[in-house]
Amino acid sequence: MAEERKKPAVGLQPENEVDWSDYRGILVVVEQRDSVAKKVSWQLLGESKRMADKLQAPLMALVIGHHVEQLAHEAVYYGADKVFYCDSEELKDYRTRPYSKLCLHVIRQYKPEIVLFGATYTGRDLAGAIATHLPTGLTADCTQLDVNEERLLMASRPAFSEKMLATILCKQFKPQMATARSGVFQALQRDETRTGEIITVDPQMPENEIATQVLEFIESTQGVNLEDAEVIVSGGRGLGGPAGFKVLQELADALGGVVGASRPAFEAGWISHDHQVGQTGSTVRPKLYIACGISGAVQHTVGMQHSDYIVAINKDPEAPIFKIANYGIVGDLFEVVPALAKAMKSRKKGNPQGVGAVIGDAVAAAQSVHN
Amino acid sequence: MLHIVVCIKQVPDSREIRIDPKTNTLIRQGVPAIVNFYDLHGLEEALRIKDEFGARVTVVSMGPPSADKALKQCVAMGADEGVLISDRAFAGADTLATSYVVALAIDKVGKEWGPVDIVFCGKQTLDGDTGQVGPGVACRLDFDQLTYVEKVEHLDDSKKEIIVHRHLEDGVERVKTKMPVLITALAELNKPRRAALPGVLKSVRYQPVVWTTNDFPDIDRAKIGLKGSPTIVGKTWVPEPKKVDTQMLTADSTDKLANELLDSLFGTELPAKLGWA
Repeated sequence: MAEERKKPAVGLQPENEVDWSDYRGILVVVEQRDSVAKKVSWQLLGESKRMADKLQAPLMALVIGHHVEQLAHEAVYYGADKVFYCDSEELKDYRTRPYSKLCLHVIRQYKPEIVLFGATYTGRDLAGAIATHLPTGLTADCTQLDVNEERLLMASRPAFSEKMLATILCKQFKPQMATARSGVFQALQRDETRTGEIITVDPQMPENEIATQVLEFIESTQGVNLEDAEVIVSGGRGLGGPAGFKVLQELADALGGVVGASRPAFEAGWISHDHQVGQTGSTVRPKLYIACGISGAVQHTVGMQHSDYIVAINKDPEAPIFKIANYGIVGDLFEVVPALAKAMKSRKKGNPQGVGAVIGDAVAAAQSVHN
Repeated sequence: MLHIVVCIKQVPDSREIRIDPKTNTLIRQGVPAIVNFYDLHGLEEALRIKDEFGARVTVVSMGPPSADKALKQCVAMGADEGVLISDRAFAGADTLATSYVVALAIDKVGKEWGPVDIVFCGKQTLDGDTGQVGPGVACRLDFDQLTYVEKVEHLDDSKKEIIVHRHLEDGVERVKTKMPVLITALAELNKPRRAALPGVLKSVRYQPVVWTTNDFPDIDRAKIGLKGSPTIVGKTWVPEPKKVDTQMLTADSTDKLANELLDSLFGTELPAKLGWA
């Protein structure tokens, strides 16, 4: 029976009999810009720590860039047992060829059984190149990761516009590779007392062999980073025009968040596409999502339904958005949203009851006497 | 003259796919087949380059015979030729097996109609959502890859140089490279044109070139289709709809309502997690 299992009916077979048994451990490829790591890298280390413990195998990280030595130590603080690190001027900016060559070198030499990347623009670019070179299977955009008793990575991802989840396996090749979404997994508590081995790796491609040049990076000032946002205040058709987003921005500022939008708001030209949440925009998982004047069409909700808390503010009590909201307010967003912003600001000013004191000044006073 | 290949895929419009609440399976019947939304932005950019510099635009698609409609649509928009790679042996391919066949086809396109300078792909498909075929094809052709491109800033057809803007989470990167290059297109890249009458007339009679495994004498049959795919789908399931006990808030003034909501939110773990406390 065991021999039959080795040759499944489907699946690409390695060209020769390959012994994968020396492939052990999980490697997380850390992404950084200007020596600052992307949050998803530490989140992946956190999730991988759990899997590495299950596999009784080492957790490894790969740090690539220029002036990134500190990140190698950070990777240890966030859970890596072993960090490979390559620091070189030509690696300052991400470019597919030198980065993928380096990753391939590390994978071939140190043989991890699983390699994970953040499902960012850069992570997906890099992972796609590496998986083709090796070759091996690659699963995109995972939202659940686990390993089973056969040491197989069970990489689960949304399919068909988030309507289904599918678990993807790669049985015949190592390493098993996946990219995983930002904001889904929990990083470990950063701990400077953690120790780990740091191994320096030489760059694998000199500058004169690299055709691609990064001329400049223009940090978005107007643009918005929805994927990393912890609070999103989103507006839809009910805003009636671009001015409505100013009202939302004020609440977003008070809550420490950013402004999002539904597709109709983007298509009406009220706001730029990078704010759009849903099917043809971003998929987000903030801790708090406040939907204002958004009816809740499935094209929108697939992109935000996994937020920790959802608040819906809408004039129409029948709006489907209320079905997935934790808290619902039927009302005029142009009254409710400014009131929320004001109340939040006064609470943050160190007045824990805030404007709420208006409701219950006397009650609170009475309670404080009793307590 | 520049030779540009655009990779397209005919996909079910996944926005229209519903889940059967009784069986928890996908209802695929009656779902319209469309050209993958992002691929059309790749085609549009190729056509703009053709308009400005003169170029040959060849569209390549892997799919069932019925995908010829998608190629005809591209010809109607202005593409010069459509190639359909179609064979039952290609069915069930994952991204690795797909990129193998698509790269073989682009290689053959280059031999038939001249060396390829630029390949455009959509950033991802609506049915697969992986964005992995583009990088896979670039790797196999040994082209430089520029993914998630929102603007072609500059193109020099004699020096074969191109400068594009790559979209990243936190900004935009201006990148310059040499052709041949593979570019994956975002929706921000352009607005796809409507087909004009001459193109429509051409497309009515147009029959795409069809290539099967027989047209690739050196093809490694172990690397195609389901058999050539390292990944397999273990299980699929419909996630339980989030069980939400919606609390509708009411109050006799807006300020009270606002505070009622904040009281509720402050009663959760949010203040600790968000640093409000």
